[in-house]
Amino acid sequence: MTHLLPQPATEAPSQIGAVAGAPAPRQRPRGDRVWWRHLIGLVALVFALFPIVFLVSAALNPVGTLSTTSLLPDGVSLNNFAKLLSDPNSPYLRWYGNTLLICGVSAMLNVLIGAGGAFAFSRLRFRGRRAGLITVLLVQMFPNFIAVVALYLVFIQIGSVFPAAGLNTSLGLILVYLGGAMGVNTWLLKGYLDTIPRELDESALIDGATSGQVFFRITLPLAAPMLVVVGLFSFVANLNEILLANVFLTDTSQKTLAIGLFGLVSGEHNTDYGEFAAGSLLAGLPVVLIYLYLQKYLVKGLTAGAVKG
Amino acid sequence: MHSERIARVSWMRVVFIGAVVALTIFAVPRLVSQHAWIALGVAVAVTATLIYVYLSPKRIAARYLIPGTLLLLAFQVYPVAYTIGTAFTNYGDGHRMSQTQAVSELEADSVVERPGAPRYELSVATKDSVSTGPIVFFLTDPQGRVERGDSHGLTAVPDAQVTKDPDTGKVVRAPGWTILNGIQVNARAAQLSTFAVPVEGGFIKSVGLSEAFIGERTLRYDVATQIMTDTRTGVAYRPKAGTFVAADGSGRVLPIGWKTDVGLRNFAAVVTDPSIRGPFLRVLAWTVAFASLSVLTTFALGLGLALALDHPRLRGQRIYRSLLLLPYALPAFISLLVWQSMYNKDFGLLNRLLQTDIDWLGGIWTARGSILLTNLWLGFPYMFLVCTGLLQSVPSELKEAARVDGASSLRVFRSVTMPLLLVGIAPLLIASFAYNFNSYNTIKLLTDGGPFPPGNSTAGNTDILISYTFRLAFGGQGAQYGLAAAISLFIFMLVGLISFAGFRRTRALEEVYAA
Repeated sequence: MTHLLPQPATEAPSQIGAVAGAPAPRQRPRGDRVWWRHLIGLVALVFALFPIVFLVSAALNPVGTLSTTSLLPDGVSLNNFAKLLSDPNSPYLRWYGNTLLICGVSAMLNVLIGAGGAFAFSRLRFRGRRAGLITVLLVQMFPNFIAVVALYLVFIQIGSVFPAAGLNTSLGLILVYLGGAMGVNTWLLKGYLDTIPRELDESALIDGATSGQVFFRITLPLAAPMLVVVGLFSFVANLNEILLANVFLTDTSQKTLAIGLFGLVSGEHNTDYGEFAAGSLLAGLPVVLIYLYLQKYLVKGLTAGAVKG
Repeated sequence: MHSERIARVSWMRVVFIGAVVALTIFAVPRLVSQHAWIALGVAVAVTATLIYVYLSPKRIAARYLIPGTLLLLAFQVYPVAYTIGTAFTNYGDGHRMSQTQAVSELEADSVVERPGAPRYELSVATKDSVSTGPIVFFLTDPQGRVERGDSHGLTAVPDAQVTKDPDTGKVVRAPGWTILNGIQVNARAAQLSTFAVPVEGGFIKSVGLSEAFIGERTLRYDVATQIMTDTRTGVAYRPKAGTFVAADGSGRVLPIGWKTDVGLRNFAAVVTDPSIRGPFLRVLAWTVAFASLSVLTTFALGLGLALALDHPRLRGQRIYRSLLLLPYALPAFISLLVWQSMYNKDFGLLNRLLQTDIDWLGGIWTARGSILLTNLWLGFPYMFLVCTGLLQSVPSELKEAARVDGASSLRVFRSVTMPLLLVGIAPLLIASFAYNFNSYNTIKLLTDGGPFPPGNSTAGNTDILISYTFRLAFGGQGAQYGLAAAISLFIFMLVGLISFAGFRRTRALEEVYAA
């Protein structure tokens, strides 16, 4: 797709004309030449959408196998959805519930903890502030999956005291995911808080507010758009997480959507494909809709340095 | 900066502290009964710190930092520190236990049956947990007497305390114990092979699921000299780097080793051992190529599209943007599995659409190309969104001014737009590189590292460092946890360096273009 790159050059002659001092008569021909932009856009759309169209087609495919699925649906049936929801070997609704619980709770706490850290680093002055910021960034860079063995041992111990938070529990996995809450989120939110005028909280302090009131009543509401973006990124990151979830959740009923659906296609590749596609569609659709709804804020969050997929 | 005027304690803090104290009160008796003194100390210290921080009017910054810091310490710093520690050991399959344990398992493993000795009817039993509880044997001798054996010896069991099978005499029920069934016994076969009950003149070992014999050890350990002797051949084995090595120069080793410090041997092996250095360098090269090509292709396509679709007279820009967002919005694990199925040789969409018969993920270069194509699909919407946002934030006065000064459109792009865009995007490109460098899911879900070169099942042709390391640590054959930890330390330093260099370079860019 590198052929897209030279395009500013093709625009050059008309622009030179504009600089030469005759912009008005040039406008019509330039307007006419927008078609090639549409052409590029359409090619990009085909590339971007064909796997998604294929996924929808597979989900609606009456036969439900990979080999019978074509790019465009050649029949519409809800067989796959019915099969998915009734298959005793894949308790899809349980997986859905587990995923919502794990990702939802950890996203909310991630945001709260990250915002707390960001508030302290942005608004408060204390000893070890700079060192703390750098440490938080550094610790994140260790590929922490390799610490799985150590985490496993930690959770055997935790499980022997609090069985509800041990291995094979949603709460245990949430705790693992929260280990990274004071990381990238803190940096991202600190950057955002730095742009919010300090005068706001200073005047509140003069009016007798406590720092807690400033945090909960002024800072958090002002940072709301960014908190939503960070929460969404955290939700999706954990939704995609298969490595730790696979080690921690071994019971079929405790699994998340990602490892459950992975199991559906990694076994018999051809025959369960419709079920996998139906399950993926139901799992992916809400996320896609939220992304579209929050599009405006996403770009802000993205340029602030958040990376996903 | 902020200081509490009056020592007010909000209800939220009261609830929080109450919950912490309740959890501690719940945990303490359990920790005491398990003799987990270190954990107990940690729990008490944490609780005391939390109470102090949340009730003291002075520690305001700590209030916001402590929950995150504690979670960070417990679930990141401690496991990572533990892992770094193992990088200096030989921890892994065959080297999991202490030397004392290894000696007793080797000795138990070496028991051979005494010819002509009677066999026992055996029931394997345990307590608490079927899969991890301590093993005991319920043994019924040919005369029908029942004895219970553990790793310390035998205890006679009166008939009244157990229920026996009337035909075989095998114990089928013993109050206080769980008798394991065949499947459960099988699941613990590895442990049973090194379990022996010491008795006068020998050891009792299990054979099959329900029989036991009495026999003699053929390996004997001398604590004073640390030498293990094979009583049948007379060969002496000396301890060396976590293994018993035959002293006769044959190079034979005993099958069970122990965990021991090996200093920098794991790090040295990456550099000097050709069987590790070769695959490691190959994987490293592909990791760097994969990460940089992913960044380059996604950035090129994203920027190109952003330039093409960012035009005042172009209609439908919002629709383009929304639809091009979709690959980014769909959770990546789903997209990866869909792409993986599209590449399928027999049933996949690509071969059917193109009328080809290519094993996309089976050939080295087609697999690498496929991975890059999928990663381009996953990543270009992000670059497109970011570039569009940055392009629109370039002040139009700057471009106007350049044009008024006589710059061509290309020149405006090269000298005004592009530099400003680069300042904004450079840190994101670096972050994207670091992200792709460790993009485990992409490799795991598409190729799982394959195709593998003949004779090497640990380093595939599309493995990146992180998937290779994961296989080293937890892979099917011979987990080498110490080596894997050493390599992750290397990944850590590499990613850290790249990020550090990136931040410095970003700052340099900002200074250059600050005006």
